[in-house]
Amino acid sequence: MKNKKFAIGLYDDEDVLKSGITSIQNKGQEIFDVYTPYPVHGLENVFFVPRSRLPIAAFCFGCLGLSLAFLMMWYMITYDWPMDIGGKPNFPVVSFIPVCFEWTVLFASFGMGFTFFMANRLIPFSTPRIMDERATDDRFVVAIEVNENNESSVADLIRQSGAVEVKYKTF
Amino acid sequence: MHESIIRKPLVTGTPDMHTVTEDVCRPVENAPSKAWWIGFTLAFAGFILWLVSFGYTAWVGLGAWGLNKTVGWAWDITNFVWWVGIGHAGTLISAVLLLFRQSWRNSINRSAEAMTIFAVICAATYILAHMGRPWLAYWAFPLPNQFGSLWVNFNSPLIWDVFAISTYFSVSCLFWFVGLLPDIATVRDRATGVRKQVYSALSLGWTSSARSWIRFESISLILSGISTPLVLSVHTIVSFDFATSVIPGWHTTIFPPYFVAGAIFSGFAMVQTLLLVARVVLKLENYITMYHIELMNIIILVTGSIVGVAYLTELFIAWYSGVEYEQYAFLNRVSGPYWWAYWIMMTCNVISPQLMWFKKLRTSLVFTFIISIVVNIGMWFERFVIIVTSLHRDYLPSSWAMFTPTVVDVGLYVGSIGLFFTLFLLFIRFLPSVAMAEVKLLLKHSSEEAKAKAKKHGHATHHPVEGNVVIATTATIKKGESNEE
Repeated sequence: MKNKKFAIGLYDDEDVLKSGITSIQNKGQEIFDVYTPYPVHGLENVFFVPRSRLPIAAFCFGCLGLSLAFLMMWYMITYDWPMDIGGKPNFPVVSFIPVCFEWTVLFASFGMGFTFFMANRLIPFSTPRIMDERATDDRFVVAIEVNENNESSVADLIRQSGAVEVKYKTF
Repeated sequence: MHESIIRKPLVTGTPDMHTVTEDVCRPVENAPSKAWWIGFTLAFAGFILWLVSFGYTAWVGLGAWGLNKTVGWAWDITNFVWWVGIGHAGTLISAVLLLFRQSWRNSINRSAEAMTIFAVICAATYILAHMGRPWLAYWAFPLPNQFGSLWVNFNSPLIWDVFAISTYFSVSCLFWFVGLLPDIATVRDRATGVRKQVYSALSLGWTSSARSWIRFESISLILSGISTPLVLSVHTIVSFDFATSVIPGWHTTIFPPYFVAGAIFSGFAMVQTLLLVARVVLKLENYITMYHIELMNIIILVTGSIVGVAYLTELFIAWYSGVEYEQYAFLNRVSGPYWWAYWIMMTCNVISPQLMWFKKLRTSLVFTFIISIVVNIGMWFERFVIIVTSLHRDYLPSSWAMFTPTVVDVGLYVGSIGLFFTLFLLFIRFLPSVAMAEVKLLLKHSSEEAKAKAKKHGHATHHPVEGNVVIATTATIKKGESNEE
């Protein structure tokens, strides 16, 4: 795999980060990604990130759980072996409600959870691109992909946008 | 995001983002203190006691307990319901308070969720133990078997309980782990050597990119949305274990809401017990402030009052129903041989939380700590009263009996507290006990420092009218908002 070189700008404030991103983008420079120590609210207004589709996944998995639970109980105590317990009906839909609910929640949570892990490439022992280790501590990090021709101009651009530090990293 | 400066700050002192990281990572990155070792030794001794008691019960059978023909459920189910109830506060803090945008939850949700998971583990040990033959526990699951297949009975609330508790446990673990990812990544980025490799694997390669945060916020919100009905369903189903029976004293429709309120009540008391100690030992006073403690005390007051109303309603309905068995069951609770248990319950759960009306008391650390212990004692007695006093005098007076716990009963109970604290102390040793990312989110707007700065810039005027109230005029608030954008 070809190595990629990134110019990395470190900011110390979320508002400076937001205005910095806007000023970089106004110069026509594309930003690779932004890394923040906490979810910065309103960041999506300046750095476009598509709306998450995890709720759709959760809904679909929830429906799956509900159907599976209902089918399982119907199969077991209505179809496969109808038991006479105190003369109660063999198809007790009301008694199915708690287990149907629990499995809806279980499948929705874990279905969405694994979708979340897959979408974010969260895999044990994976080696992520860590642009700067302070991105999980106290710095807001902007990464821009560069080549030999534009690296110094991009670094100037980042510096002018309010970054406290600029560096390069190659992966 | 605009935060009113008349709200109390959620972070005191002057920590910046790096200080938060340092403060929270300190117990994880350094050798444990003497206090930790003392606590861990005691807790581990409790855990050994639990192992011995559990092993003895499994070896000998349920004859090791004080059960008899009349009282077939006693300390086992009392402890089970007690632990499950304690677990509920964690989910309430992490899920319900997130839905209501209560940002004071940010600094306590991590440890409260950990408490949930460990409390449910303790509860689950009683499900196993009370089966008598714990190695046959899988019979509770709907698995194909050599009897035909003879499936489990889905009409039974005990089977619903199997599904409810197992779902609750798994979903709580997932919620906790997802929330931990960014903080484990922080520890990973600061660590070296073997520790780096371990935390690297645990963090699953979290990069804190903009896209992953959007997904993170989305999954947190949806998990909260579905955990809220889940937590309500869990204690509702636990109460069905009693309410769907035909035992006087158990067969009441008030049980589901009353159990849920009691669960939150006891859970918050346990959160207080843990955090009051943890904030001092781990030096987290700037993040778990007096304001947090006061708010939790108010929740204890509200839920304690609901529980009080439920007790009185039960008594009234027993009399009003005109059913003599029901009437006797309650007369027996109040004035029978177990009267002392009933009145301990009443004093601890109904009277003691009412003291929280006094601001001086609910902002006192010592008083809060005492009440948190008192409430947990009271809530244990509530379950004991419901279970044992309803059973010990059944329809046939010749089979009336008393319940006396054996040493194994006591060992299993005290031991489970040891198991709980062993797990909790390991947690604060190896994982960040405060959600760092979520606390950093508060610094810019909700910290004492930010509020002081806002005041200094003339966004509000300070009138010494009632103690320390800060009054902002409409004009200044508007000015503050326009500056925000």
